[in-house]
Amino acid sequence: MRRILSIGLNTFRETLREKLLYNLLIFALLMIGSSMLLSRLTLGDANRLILDLGLASINLFGVIIAIFVGIGLVSKEIDKKTIYTIVSKPVPRYEFLLGKYVGLGITLLTNTAIMVVGLLSVLQIMQVPIELVLFKSLLLIFIELLVVTAVALLFSTFTSSTLSAIFTLAVYVIGHLSGDLKALGEKLDGVSQGVLTTLYYVMPNLERFNLKGHVIHQLNVGTSDMALIICYGLAYATLMLTVAAIIFQRRDFQ
Amino acid sequence: MTLNSATDVVLKTQALRKVFKVGFWGRQVTALEGLDLEVRRGEVFGFLGPNGAGKTTTLKILMGLIYPTSGHAWILGQEIGTTRVKHQIGFLPESPYFYDYLTAVEFLRFYGQLFNLHGAPLSRRIDDLLQMVGLSHVSHLQLRKFSKGMLQRIGIAQALINDPHLVVLDEPMSGLDPIGRKEVRDLILSLKEAGKTIFFSSHILHDAEVLCDRVGILVKGRLVAMGKVNELVGGTSASSIEVVVQGLGEEGLAHVRPLVEKSVLQGDQVLLVLNGQKHVDGVLDIIRAAKATLISLSPQASSLEDLFMKQVKEREGVSAQ
Repeated sequence: MRRILSIGLNTFRETLREKLLYNLLIFALLMIGSSMLLSRLTLGDANRLILDLGLASINLFGVIIAIFVGIGLVSKEIDKKTIYTIVSKPVPRYEFLLGKYVGLGITLLTNTAIMVVGLLSVLQIMQVPIELVLFKSLLLIFIELLVVTAVALLFSTFTSSTLSAIFTLAVYVIGHLSGDLKALGEKLDGVSQGVLTTLYYVMPNLERFNLKGHVIHQLNVGTSDMALIICYGLAYATLMLTVAAIIFQRRDFQ
Repeated sequence: MTLNSATDVVLKTQALRKVFKVGFWGRQVTALEGLDLEVRRGEVFGFLGPNGAGKTTTLKILMGLIYPTSGHAWILGQEIGTTRVKHQIGFLPESPYFYDYLTAVEFLRFYGQLFNLHGAPLSRRIDDLLQMVGLSHVSHLQLRKFSKGMLQRIGIAQALINDPHLVVLDEPMSGLDPIGRKEVRDLILSLKEAGKTIFFSSHILHDAEVLCDRVGILVKGRLVAMGKVNELVGGTSASSIEVVVQGLGEEGLAHVRPLVEKSVLQGDQVLLVLNGQKHVDGVLDIIRAAKATLISLSPQASSLEDLFMKQVKEREGVSAQ
C-alpha cells in the first residue's frame, strides 16, 4: 500500500509539471467566470445558466485532463524507460498501475477542488442559492472522472498515446449516449440490435453520473440512489483496472 | 526447480531463448538462442558483445522486464521475476532516464520507499550512498541539472539503495568521458571489495579487461565464449595507451606534448593519449621528473566489435565488409 502511495505521490508531482494542466485549469476557471457575464446577456433564468455552464465546465475540463494527462502516464514511463527502474524493484506491475491511477486521482481531485471553489465563488457573487444536490452532482462528476481515467489507463497499457486518446474519447461519447443506443437497438432487429445492446452493456453508462438537470431544477437525489451510482462507478473502474493489470502483467517492455 | 547445488552460483541461466515478433506481420526475430550462463558469488562478470548481440535482452529477462520465450533463469537460487528475488538485486538500465524533476535526495528516497524503507534508516542510507558516489555536494539539485556522468552515478546509487547481493549494470560506461568512465570503474571495484557480485554488459573490451574476473561473449544471440578476458583476447596488442596524471604543471606538459598524440587538460588532471607503447618510458620519466602523480595508465585494446567481426567471418566463412 505504501509503495502504491509512493508511486502515486511521485505521479502527482509529475503531473504538476504538465503545462497543459495549468492551461486547462485557467481556461476552465475563465469559462466558469464568464457565466457571470453571459447571465447578464441572457433572458430568463440567469441562475440556471450559471449552474449549467459551471457544472459543464468542471465536467468537460476534468474529462480532458483525465484523458490527455492520463493516457501519457504509462506510455511516457515506457518511452522514457523510467519504468525499467521501477519494474526491476520489488514492485508488482499492478502496484505500479494502481500508483499511477492514484496519482492521477489526486491530480483530478485537486483540479476539481480548484474549479469547485471557482464555481462556488461565482455562485456567491451572483447570489445564487447553493443546494445540497449541487455537491452530490460534483461528487458524481468526480466519480465519472475516475471511470474515464481507468478507461484511459486501460487503453494506454497496450496502445500508443494517440490511439488511447481517441479510444477513450470514443468511450466517453458513447458512454453518454448509451441510453439512446439501447433505444435505437430496440427499434432495429437482428445483428444491429445485438451489436447495440452489447455496446449498451459493455460501455459505461456515463449519463448516470449526470445530475445537472437535478441541480438546475433543484430536485434532490436519494441517498440509496447516490450509493448505487457510486458503487456502479467504482465497480466499473475496478473492472477496467483489473483488465489493465492483466494486460500489463503480460506485456514485454522493449 | 531451484538451485540447491553450488551455493556460490549467484546467477544461472539455462537454455534461455527470446523470440520477438516485429512489424505488422509479426515476423519472428530470434534475439537470444540457448543461453547458458553462470555467475559466481563475489565476482565481476562482464557480459560482452557487439551492439545488437542480445545483451540488453538478457538483462531485461533477468530483471523481469520481458519474458523469455523458453528456458529458465535463477538468481540466488530462486526463479527470476519474483519480488523476493528483486529484493536482493540492484539494476542500472542502459542510458537511463530518470524523473528529472526530483532532487538527488528525493530521487533516492522514492526508490527506497519501493523497498519499504522509511524514516531515519532510509535517510542514513541515502547520505551514505551520495557520499559513496561522490554526489553529496549536489544532494538538493534537480537531476535535470546533472551531467551524464553524474546521472550515471546517481543511477548506480539507486541500484544500491537496498544493499543488494547482485548488482546488474547495463552498459554502465557508455557515453562517458575517460574520467567519468574511471569513476564508474572505481565504483564497481569498490562494490567488489564490499563483497557484491557484479554482472555488467559492455561492448568496450577495455572496461572488461580492467574490471572483470570472467566474461561471457555474446554474438548474434549466442554465447560464443566464456572465461577470463586475457584468454579470450590474447594476442591483441594495445593500439593506444591512456595516461591520467595529476599536477603535471605547464613545464611538464610542454615536455610531454611531443611524445603524445593528444593531451586533454581537466582541472589539475591531464589525460595523455599515446600512440602505441613506444614513448611510455619517456612519458613516465617526465612525470617522475615533474614530481606529478600518476593516476592511471590504461592500454586501449582494439574494440571487441572488431574481434567479433573477425570471429563471425571465420564462423560463417564469408568475408565481412
